[in-house]
Amino acid sequence: MTRRVVVTGLGLVTPVGQTVDTFWDNLLAGNSPIDTITRFDASAFSTRIAAEVRDFDPSDIIDRKDARRMDRFTQFAVVAAVRAIQDSGIDLAQEDPETIGVWIGSGIGGMETMEAQAVILREKGPDRVSPFFVPMLIANMAAGQTSITLGAKGPCGGPVSACATGTDAIGHAFRLVQRGEATIVVSGGTEASITPLGLAGFCSAKAMSTRNDEPKRASRPFDLDRDGFVMGEGSGVLILEELEHARTRGARIYAELVGYGATADAYHVVQPAPGGEGGARAMALAIRDAGVTPDEVGYINAHGTSTPFNDKFETMAIKQVFGDHAYRLAVSSTKSVTGHLMGAAGAIEGIAAALALHRGQLPPTINYENPDPECDLDYVPNQARSARVKVALSNSLGFGGHNATIALRAWEER
Amino acid sequence: MEIERVRKLIADQLGMEVEEVTLEKRLIDDLEADSLDIVELMMTFEEEFNVEIPDEEVERLRTVGQVIEYIQAKLGE
Repeated sequence: MTRRVVVTGLGLVTPVGQTVDTFWDNLLAGNSPIDTITRFDASAFSTRIAAEVRDFDPSDIIDRKDARRMDRFTQFAVVAAVRAIQDSGIDLAQEDPETIGVWIGSGIGGMETMEAQAVILREKGPDRVSPFFVPMLIANMAAGQTSITLGAKGPCGGPVSACATGTDAIGHAFRLVQRGEATIVVSGGTEASITPLGLAGFCSAKAMSTRNDEPKRASRPFDLDRDGFVMGEGSGVLILEELEHARTRGARIYAELVGYGATADAYHVVQPAPGGEGGARAMALAIRDAGVTPDEVGYINAHGTSTPFNDKFETMAIKQVFGDHAYRLAVSSTKSVTGHLMGAAGAIEGIAAALALHRGQLPPTINYENPDPECDLDYVPNQARSARVKVALSNSLGFGGHNATIALRAWEER
Repeated sequence: MEIERVRKLIADQLGMEVEEVTLEKRLIDDLEADSLDIVELMMTFEEEFNVEIPDEEVERLRTVGQVIEYIQAKLGE
């Protein structure tokens, strides 16, 4: 029989909070952190707003020397991972390190490091490029540094599937625990790409909102007046644990992870396939993997980026999978509040879905003002809602045509 | 003058207090610099003092004091 997997710890570094309670309270209240960019002068860019992590201090978790060798995306992940372990109550000294895995991905990796070193190469020549350039840049280093920090010696790595990265990481980690390759996997995503080069690239791709004068209203998934996503940064980490191990140590269980589905559109680098068919297949696979029926799903944390294309196609995909039930279940995009954390998005949204089940509350889609006839589902508009949901999905769709869905089930002994 | 600048650069790069960086300390064995730290340190000294430190010299520079003497000698040339 396949081993069961539960979520027993959560760790966050996000623009809306760095503790589980702050994160959740801000999601429910719709307190948007989106504002004018402060990390650099963005006045020359067509989009000048983002969801920045402004109060990040890793010094109690990462020592000064180690911090200098880590890009911001890695620092986020290490801090979120340590917080997740703390939240889980796992005593690492009591565990066999070889049974603990780390599976944390990033969409891009060390963008800030890449930019800084490219300038040094150009201005000062190859002899001045830092010996730490490569180990700071590479996207696997979030997982590598986390394993070093925790002393975790099991499987270690992470996917790179753009904005589906966080969800894919959780999905792969789920399989590692199911198959018995690890007892505990520290899983999630991280991103720190709010840099001049990162911002410029997304500006040129015309993918982002230019509602610079109203930053808190800029991320408006499913609303008729949506005009693109808003970049965010941060990390989310979930502790996935084999059920019997969690039971034995009396762990608090947020939710059971019951399904994962991943597909490719095989269609276009940035546009979703017609009808959102790739996303629909990912949801259907996750539901089948979970061994539930579509009408048992009560909540979907949507990818919901606030781009005209994504929200329309994701809505079509949901209708394709659920039929009439699509109009009865609740769908919300927490990106309306957090902005789009890209490689970390699936991780913090997986956390949001787990908390929705655990706490019996559904976070809203804020800035939902003008209904779009093509987006006609229940998006939990503007106000959080109390609801006891049995099964929740979290969707992530990424550039490259990556589609990933996880299914979580409210924890009950069975 | 070079003495204080070198000590501060080493302290900054290795994440320690200047007081710990005394002349007799060995970079690798006492201050726990690894191979990448050594490369970065030498690069920083080259940049800061506008000198060149050939790779074959680097191996001989084991202590903070040896680094400072080497840089002072280079600057005196």
